Amino acid sequence: MRTTPNRAGRIAALVACTALALSACGSGGGDIDAQTAENEENAASGDCGELNMAVNPWVGYEADAYVVGTVAESLGCKVNYKDLKEDVSWQGFGTGEVDVVIEDWGHPDLEKKFFAEEGDGSGMDLGPTGNTGIIGWYVPPWLAEEHPDILDYENLNEYASEFATSESGGKGQFLGADPSYVQFDEAIVSNLDLDFKVVFSGSEAASIEAFRKAEENKEWLIGYFYEPQWLFAEVPLEKVALPPYEDGCQDDPAEVACDYPETELKKIASTSWVDEGGPAVDLVKNFQWTNDDQNQVAEYIAGEGMDPKAAAEKWIEENQDKVDAWMG
Amino acid sequence: MTTRAPAPSKEAQPDAPERDGLPRWVPVLAILVGWIALWALLRGQDTLALAGRERTDVMRWLGDFRDGVIASRSTNPVVAFTNGVGEVIRSVFGWLQELVSVPAFPRPVPQVGWLGVTALAAWVGLAVAGVRMALLVAATFVSFGVLGFWEEGIDLLLVTGLSVGVVVLLGLPLAVAMGTSPRARAVITPVLDAMQTMPTFVYLLPIVLFFGIGVSGAVVCTLIYALPPLIRIGGHGIRSVSPTAIEATDSTGQTRWQRLVKVQLPMARKTLVVGLNQSTMAALSMAIIASYVDGPGLGEPVLSALIRNDVGSSLVPGLLIVLTAIMLDRTTTAASQRAESAARGVGLRGRQRQVVLAVTGVVALVCVYLSRTYFSLAQFPDTGWGPRLSEALGSLTDAVVGFLSAPAEVFKNAVSYGLLNPLQNLLADSPWWLAAGAITLIALALGGVRAVVSTVLCLAGILFFGLWNDTMLTLTMVLVATLLVMAIAVVVGVWMARRPRVDLLLRPLLDAGQTIPAFCYLIPVLALFDPTRFTAIFAAVVYAAPPAIKLVADGVKAVPETTLEASRSTGTNAWQEITQVQLPIARGSLVLAANQGLLYVLAMIVIGGLVGAGALGYDVVLGFARSEEWGLGAAAGITIVLLGIMLDRIAQAAAARQGVSKRQSLLARARGGTRRAA
Repeated sequence: MRTTPNRAGRIAALVACTALALSACGSGGGDIDAQTAENEENAASGDCGELNMAVNPWVGYEADAYVVGTVAESLGCKVNYKDLKEDVSWQGFGTGEVDVVIEDWGHPDLEKKFFAEEGDGSGMDLGPTGNTGIIGWYVPPWLAEEHPDILDYENLNEYASEFATSESGGKGQFLGADPSYVQFDEAIVSNLDLDFKVVFSGSEAASIEAFRKAEENKEWLIGYFYEPQWLFAEVPLEKVALPPYEDGCQDDPAEVACDYPETELKKIASTSWVDEGGPAVDLVKNFQWTNDDQNQVAEYIAGEGMDPKAAAEKWIEENQDKVDAWMG
Repeated sequence: MTTRAPAPSKEAQPDAPERDGLPRWVPVLAILVGWIALWALLRGQDTLALAGRERTDVMRWLGDFRDGVIASRSTNPVVAFTNGVGEVIRSVFGWLQELVSVPAFPRPVPQVGWLGVTALAAWVGLAVAGVRMALLVAATFVSFGVLGFWEEGIDLLLVTGLSVGVVVLLGLPLAVAMGTSPRARAVITPVLDAMQTMPTFVYLLPIVLFFGIGVSGAVVCTLIYALPPLIRIGGHGIRSVSPTAIEATDSTGQTRWQRLVKVQLPMARKTLVVGLNQSTMAALSMAIIASYVDGPGLGEPVLSALIRNDVGSSLVPGLLIVLTAIMLDRTTTAASQRAESAARGVGLRGRQRQVVLAVTGVVALVCVYLSRTYFSLAQFPDTGWGPRLSEALGSLTDAVVGFLSAPAEVFKNAVSYGLLNPLQNLLADSPWWLAAGAITLIALALGGVRAVVSTVLCLAGILFFGLWNDTMLTLTMVLVATLLVMAIAVVVGVWMARRPRVDLLLRPLLDAGQTIPAFCYLIPVLALFDPTRFTAIFAAVVYAAPPAIKLVADGVKAVPETTLEASRSTGTNAWQEITQVQLPIARGSLVLAANQGLLYVLAMIVIGGLVGAGALGYDVVLGFARSEEWGLGAAAGITIVLLGIMLDRIAQAAAARQGVSKRQSLLARARGGTRRAA
């Protein structure tokens, strides 16, 4: 009883399929066989193998990862990008799932577990990326302009009530960061007797959205943030001065009462991957650039909405001299 | 998603609700008044709040356990086994990927290009579910390509398919055991309960530890999440095979095996397919979340757009996920209906059908050949439609957010100051023994002695894992969110039940609300409400309201027309009809909706940790993100499970007293509250 519609549908499908096939024949397309042969040739000449690049969840990291990855591909490597949190990435060194963490902000705890001195030796330090990480307390630019004295921590208590929200229980709200970042804000608040409560944003996305909105609507906001970060191109946050960092002042997490140190960002790699050697290992070892370089690529990605790969290609084209230096 | 399969025909009429003098809210109110009085005297004492970085011994022990597992990776046989399993999954998946989704080196394209894959999938759709479904399958596959997510879309289907395959292998024997042996049922049921109460985020951590990151971890997580529906519904189907049929065939002297294979399984076939449908949908939603551990698929672009705060770019893959869900749901449902109608001899038969399938099969093979030969048929040409669509969606979202931001602020503050803060003060500022005592008494008043036993056990467990104060904060959010869910469910549900056109209009939206990953709407919700507890509550409501609304709507709709006419003849107006006839009669559905809503809200609460809600959700996220906090994350995960079991048990016991049969709630749960049983 349902024969007629069924047959009609099948005929329609048949026609559609044939039409597609014919149109394809007409336009030709590329030749798969030719490219297969070419790929085989390339594979025979270059011997780079695979590069498993961890991609940790912030845009600056993506910039590093895709620039290095794109250059490695031009050397004939097969690059696999893996979206992972830091902790999970380090676990991957031992199993071969991750070869490189290209931007590490300092993880003494992980180094203890995975470096040769104290841990299983599955990971190793491959030197600085050239970027300097600055962590600190930031306010939106409109606030710094209208109340310049807010940029000194000693004046924060005067304004505490302005920062109060439904979450802060009568005190001022301090917006804590993505849980994966290094942070001592609760200790700093209590040890400096500040009338604030730390409310954790829970993710970088949440913090960025909060700062963006605060600048747009002239809302009061103070929170944890860091450079290099693409948001600075759009909203140039101002840093609040805390008591300056001295060696050892952050050793006991409960007693911290000083600013964060500037961090030299570095490259971490799987020991077995480095031992195998190859052009990609040398590339990662030689890779170095500046905060401005990174912000440029990050801005292409986050500000202009470019695909990370396309952003990396654009930057490489504009900065061939820097790239050549990494090839040594 | 809508499940069209008709519910089992015979359903015991629920017993009339017991009525013992006092309505049940009276003792609950008395307990609350007493609690508030004591709280006023004792607030702030023994709240068990942990200071910033304070950790208990249990958490340290959990952290050490994790370190031990990592350290023993090369020696421990269990870890060696799970790593081996992971390796197998990775290689099978890699092979499948080169077949259909990623370039099979040295070829610049996969072995079978997009045209071939689409044609084959449509042919399978035609064979199992008919022409209309074949067209839906083809449209879905083509839209992957048109919007520029071919590889991700196919990978998502591969992960889902691989997991469902294993689910069938593991789940069918267990379903048979559930269906044939009461003892097996008694053992399996509590395990399934725990598996279904556990928020999906919670077991990502341990799974990754044992099976590795990437597709191996993703497949294992997905299959754990997708197993329970098949076992539950399948077991139920086998159990409900009519005893007369079994007796009749038993008289021929068949063995137990013959009885199973020739009578029970064939007669339960349709229910088994319903179970498969639900398992598939569960697998799809978990496969998205698994992108957090580098699971391949459409979850990845959603997540990376979240990192860039790019709403538009996350919505496009989000919509494709909804489309995929609709495709899988409709085809599996149609397949089960078709099996039914074929058995009754309707539709194309025998030879005719074979001819049609053979002809279309040849066409599909021609498409495969073409897609292996021509580049543009192998790799989907770049249309540029994806970015354009995401840009449009992005600016649309911006406009909506801008328009709503002022009223949103007012609403958020009203709920936060009016409801959230007072309730949180009561729960979290009470001494732990006071809160625990009051919760136990409320459980007694609502659910009777049965509820008290599980409540006390769960509370003891929560206390043991050392996150009492965070648990109370989370409980506050869960309660407020459930309250909002119920308010919305009653209003919208009644509206849908009374106006069929509204129903028709809203159902697809509800389906979308249930399937679209929360990551997609986190950014606009954040822009509206800032990183606050309310943002988490709002996200939970978006996720939990659709099933609750559907349950209420179906319950109200089931009120017999004759009852309504009788009340109308006495001259009741619409308001009286709703409050005095429809809602009281649909009371069972309301209780079910509340129970479902509660569990769905709890499942989303971890997401709240990502948007400033703090408490247990944040602890899990923190443990996931920072190696030295793993013990805290694990403790928080276990605590969420305990909290979920406790709330579920209280709600179930209360529902049972309300006259909702166990089977009704079981079915409703197994189907994600898609359709009321009976």
